[in-house]
Amino acid sequence: MNDAQPQPGSRLPAFINVRALERRWRRLSVTDLVVWGIGVVLLLFVFWRIVLTFGQGAYTLESFIKNVIFGLAQGSIYALIALGYTLVYGILFMINFAHGEVFMSGTYIGFFVIAAMEESGFLAEQTLLALLIVFAVGMLSSMAVAVTLERIAYRPLRKAPRLVPLITAIGASIFLQQAFRGLFGSSTKVYPHVHLYALPQLFPQLEDGKGMDLISGKYDVQFALLGNDVNLVVQPFIFVIFIVALLMMAGLYWYVQRTKAGKAMRAVAEDKDTAALMGINVDRVIVNTFAVGAALAGAAGVLFALYTYQVTHTMGFIPGLKAFTAAVLGGIGNIPGAMFGGFALGFTESVAPGLLSIPHQLKDVVAFSMLVLILIFRPTGIFGEVLSEKKA
Amino acid sequence: MRKALHLLILAAMCLMLVGTAAAQEEEDWGTVTVAAGDPVRIGFAAALSGAGVDVLGIDELRGAELAVADLNAEDGILGFTVELVPEDSMCSADGGATVANKFVSDESLVAIVGHMCSSACNAAKDIYAPAGYTMVSPSCTAVALTDPNAPSPVFNRTAWNDRVQAPAAAEFLYSVLGITSVATIHDGSPYGEGLVKAMEDAFFALGGDVIVDPETGEGWAINVGDTDMRATLQAIADAGPPGAIYFGGFPAEGAFLAQQRADAGMAEVVFMGADGINATAYVDAAGEAGCGSYASAANPASVEGGGYEAFVERYVEEYGEEPTAPFHAHAYDALMLIAAAVEEVGEVDADGNLTVDRLALRDAIRATEDFEGLTGALTCDEYGDCGSGADITVVEMMCPEDGEPGFEIVWPEATEGE
Repeated sequence: MNDAQPQPGSRLPAFINVRALERRWRRLSVTDLVVWGIGVVLLLFVFWRIVLTFGQGAYTLESFIKNVIFGLAQGSIYALIALGYTLVYGILFMINFAHGEVFMSGTYIGFFVIAAMEESGFLAEQTLLALLIVFAVGMLSSMAVAVTLERIAYRPLRKAPRLVPLITAIGASIFLQQAFRGLFGSSTKVYPHVHLYALPQLFPQLEDGKGMDLISGKYDVQFALLGNDVNLVVQPFIFVIFIVALLMMAGLYWYVQRTKAGKAMRAVAEDKDTAALMGINVDRVIVNTFAVGAALAGAAGVLFALYTYQVTHTMGFIPGLKAFTAAVLGGIGNIPGAMFGGFALGFTESVAPGLLSIPHQLKDVVAFSMLVLILIFRPTGIFGEVLSEKKA
Repeated sequence: MRKALHLLILAAMCLMLVGTAAAQEEEDWGTVTVAAGDPVRIGFAAALSGAGVDVLGIDELRGAELAVADLNAEDGILGFTVELVPEDSMCSADGGATVANKFVSDESLVAIVGHMCSSACNAAKDIYAPAGYTMVSPSCTAVALTDPNAPSPVFNRTAWNDRVQAPAAAEFLYSVLGITSVATIHDGSPYGEGLVKAMEDAFFALGGDVIVDPETGEGWAINVGDTDMRATLQAIADAGPPGAIYFGGFPAEGAFLAQQRADAGMAEVVFMGADGINATAYVDAAGEAGCGSYASAANPASVEGGGYEAFVERYVEEYGEEPTAPFHAHAYDALMLIAAAVEEVGEVDADGNLTVDRLALRDAIRATEDFEGLTGALTCDEYGDCGSGADITVVEMMCPEDGEPGFEIVWPEATEGE
């Protein structure tokens, strides 16, 4: 019964390990001090800029809310791509730099399907079905590319030193980009503007009674919050992206934690040789991992293209780099970490420049500074665990 | 005593200056010799790949190719056939430098038509200068390239200077549309940055209000390759909102801005770009959101007696499509300008070999007066500006109910050149 009422202050949160902190304190070196010093200076700078921004009074609650919403869409996309990096790293400890191109291939091939369906009028008639087909095609194409890549470029090098597959991945990335350029040309392809109407009962006033346009619609929303009038232009699709992303992540988490295939995946991540001794087909598990990561990237690509419309052979590069950053930020190899890192990066890019009164052109600088800041205090990323010698 | 020493040093420096000036007069850029029977080789550099910019570059290449075909159909240059050596210099500084280094290692090249983007021109001109290769760019319009304070010995252009283009845009927005406040965005390229600065100055001079970022005191900027500009647009909406947004950059980013401005509550704000977004890539990518946006354009058709219509007919016949971007005629003129200069300074010796003095070639190009080109009468100045600017028009992206959207000229009064 005594357990039920702990003395206040007697228990620290579980994540603060007092003994580890003590050990660290005793081993403190000059380098540590310098690094922490830089971190503290950066934090003070951030604090100072925020105070300054609010001091000027130009920054409104409205801008903040808008930027948070913009960051939501971008963050969801980053998070979905980051999962692919993290899954492959968790198992093979290799960074699949071609993952951005896997994302691009699904989007690109999805484009041909959606363009054909628009041409035939099918897209306008059976919008939901057509979209599901595009998603399926995008995910399957990405999977096909990733699995082929694994078979041709990575599997023969599995026993090679770690730098070799890394260089191969960069080569594969350039190969895929140039292959798509050669096949389909370098001009920008444009996704059609899709209108998907829903819930006419709930929103009879929108779109002549057809309901809310979930994809291309943009609606004025006004409300009062904390004594401020807030006028927003809201695109429901941003929330659709967010919800779809959350659902897919939940599905992935369930797959890894609750299914037999997921269990095999975790076993291989723990120790490939022992897993093989337990009768697990390691090659198949690795192919599975690539396929799952690629499917998420393909879905992210179609969402991205429906949101920004433009598809080019280079479209995967920057999002791929950002998603890799997100995966590192969250702790590479860790699934919730990748999701968290993706959202954190999306929000920072969108919200931080305005909040810190820094030109928006420098949003990448802000985002990567955040990465440095977090890695200073948590070198393994936010959710990262310290890898054992064998893994690292 | 010390004063005397200073005077002495001063005198010595003066002498050295005179010395260098004298040395400059005897400057020698070397010569290029074309053996009898060989072609006169002219380099061509533009972005032939890369999303959104290749349409501009391929269009320029076609203009240059037609010029070569015209020359070869009529006895070439001094009886020598002309050969075009195209290279892809992309739309970047490193692309420009790579191609320039490749070209200067090829001593048989007489001159260069190119590059296409101001960033590439800027990098390339400093590589051509020590080698003495004269370049004539059909589309590098950045103000800084012919800055009298930092002149380049080799850079010339048949495109206009943005000092001419930007005021035309300002004039159009202020006087024709009656817009009194404008916010600018550039894409970080020398072209975009120079353009918006010139535009801000011109708009301010007309009496308009230029809205700036309260933090930096300047206009806004994005990066090439960005896809989400909503936060930047939101910052503009917070500071303004302006009557118009003026963008210095290229189709991909321009289309994102045109689309996303609605998300920041600025759907009604006029969006205007320059020649950089005047391409089919912009029209396709911007879609509905681009309807009613403006760009500046070269319209050689407005130049009387230029023979432009006949040129376009040949273009369509040869390549099976209408010109995709505005600078094909400038590329044609650039090549013709070089050909005329080679014709003037080239010397054919007894063995039938052609020798061209590189410095004389540059001088001949810069001495050009009233050269009848497709884009108007070209007169070059001492800094390399040959473009008349007589052909600048403003175009609007029209979206007819039934039919393909596209740019149409809405402001036909040509502005006078510098």
